[in-house]
Amino acid sequence: MSSSFIATTLVPVLYLLSAILFILGLKGLTRVRSAQRGNAMAALAMLIAAVAALLEMGTFDLQWIVLGLVIGGGIGALAAVRVEMTGMPEMVALFNGSGGAASTLVAASYVWLNVIEKDSGSTAAGVLGSASAITAVLSMFIGALTLSGSVVAYGKLAGKISGNPILLPGRHVVNLLLILGSLGLGIYTLFTVADSGSIATFIIVVMVLSLALGIMLVIPIGGADMPVVISLLNSYSGLAASATGFVLQNNVLVISGALVGASGLILTQIMCVAMNRTLANVLFGGFGTADSGGGAADNRDYTNVRSGGAEEAVLVLENAETVVIVPGYGLAVAQAQHTVKELASELEKRGVKVTYGIHPVAGRMPGHMNVLLAEADVPYEQLLEMDVVNPEFNNTDVVIIVGANDVVNPAAQKTPGSPIYGMPVLEVWHAASVIMIKRSLSPGFAGIKNELFEYDNTMMLFEDGKKAVQGMVTELKSL
Amino acid sequence: MTMGPLLIGLYVFVLAIFVGIEIITKIPPTLHTPLMSGANAISGITIVGALSAARYADNEISSLLGLFAIILATINVVGGFLVTNRMLGMFGRKKK
Repeated sequence: MSSSFIATTLVPVLYLLSAILFILGLKGLTRVRSAQRGNAMAALAMLIAAVAALLEMGTFDLQWIVLGLVIGGGIGALAAVRVEMTGMPEMVALFNGSGGAASTLVAASYVWLNVIEKDSGSTAAGVLGSASAITAVLSMFIGALTLSGSVVAYGKLAGKISGNPILLPGRHVVNLLLILGSLGLGIYTLFTVADSGSIATFIIVVMVLSLALGIMLVIPIGGADMPVVISLLNSYSGLAASATGFVLQNNVLVISGALVGASGLILTQIMCVAMNRTLANVLFGGFGTADSGGGAADNRDYTNVRSGGAEEAVLVLENAETVVIVPGYGLAVAQAQHTVKELASELEKRGVKVTYGIHPVAGRMPGHMNVLLAEADVPYEQLLEMDVVNPEFNNTDVVIIVGANDVVNPAAQKTPGSPIYGMPVLEVWHAASVIMIKRSLSPGFAGIKNELFEYDNTMMLFEDGKKAVQGMVTELKSL
Repeated sequence: MTMGPLLIGLYVFVLAIFVGIEIITKIPPTLHTPLMSGANAISGITIVGALSAARYADNEISSLLGLFAIILATINVVGGFLVTNRMLGMFGRKKK
């Protein structure tokens, strides 16, 4: 093959093929059955794109490329094999960060190679063209803030820094200054500065400002809002890749980045709707703090609470024909998914129909509960979405709630003025009996009272989720 | 009508966003976590740029930035696709 054929025909066709396979791969994810094949297709698309990139270069040294692939591949494979399903949110947060960082570094490397190291005495815009210069600034900006924001999100998810919103005074002004400062300085530098030493210094400043912005944007967001933040950072990592595609004028980057950007945006939107909040409210609101209204509830607010142990819970379950299990973040914390599955199997042996009611924001990332339960071999047909399960509660004998609180709070429908009023919730109180497994009467992330605890058909089981469910399994087996 | 590369890129970008929205709204909530990790792997497409950035194995800053970019992008690609595959395998397991 002549080298011109490779450059003008083969490489663009391979990139096109790669883009098509990415789209088909995502399409595979619309069904559980085709999902694994879809993922494999996307992986193949990536391989084709990488091969096309090598062909496009023609000649290259292998040392750094092989070294980078080996180190990165090793770390990635190790992380993928070892991560616990309960740790998925943390891992996705870190992966978002590394994707953003990679895009930033590619854009920076491009500027260094073509402008700073060439030291031609003209501006970056003069050398690269204004389109590449502007998008290089965008790529470095989005990528860097994705990196630092993801690291903060990881810290919050892993409990390494406080999950509470940290609200700095004047943060909106600071953020605005950081946005204007980093983008403004970046564009000023690439369009007007011709001295390569100054360009290098200014670009480093731009990146530091962008990193600071990422920290500032995520630090005020509370733990319960992490599903929104992770989705948004996911979107940013895609947009950073897209911006890098504009810099390099490579459409496969633009397309794949846009697909990821769209995916993150849609998940963000779904999460916001499920919390009945606007994106602006999540990003700037600092929910779950004392000033969000309602005031924190404590034990004294509750009267008429009926509590029992595993024995009483099993008495309730003994005559049940239909049971819905409602998992929440507490299930992940207690690592109770396998025990819950054991309980479900024990009930099914007795002819009970068991399903699971999943709230969209249960857990720390979209779909978190589904993955945990899938890990415990729960068939996915039993995992019901909120809209599907809500009409079923009228015909449900027992609801067992493990580690969920705000998402089953009747105040969302019955108490106008409550901070969560209007939020879609699982209407568990329509069931004949509700068993609420919870360590204490302490409030959920919204910091408000849950009247469900006082309802006549509710029985509180004050224990760690896993122990409580284990106790119920033991009791059931001894019947 | 002749368009510069920036405009062509914008066309492609906007259309790809629409394709993404069309497909992703059809993905069931059960698969949202694998979608995120899979999307994450796809954002590692920046590896295409990283490979090119590291093509001279010298000690210039541009090449070293490229090396780090390859490492980070490969973590994303390999880790993302593998963990997604692992998760989806759990969903697909046969009922006992």
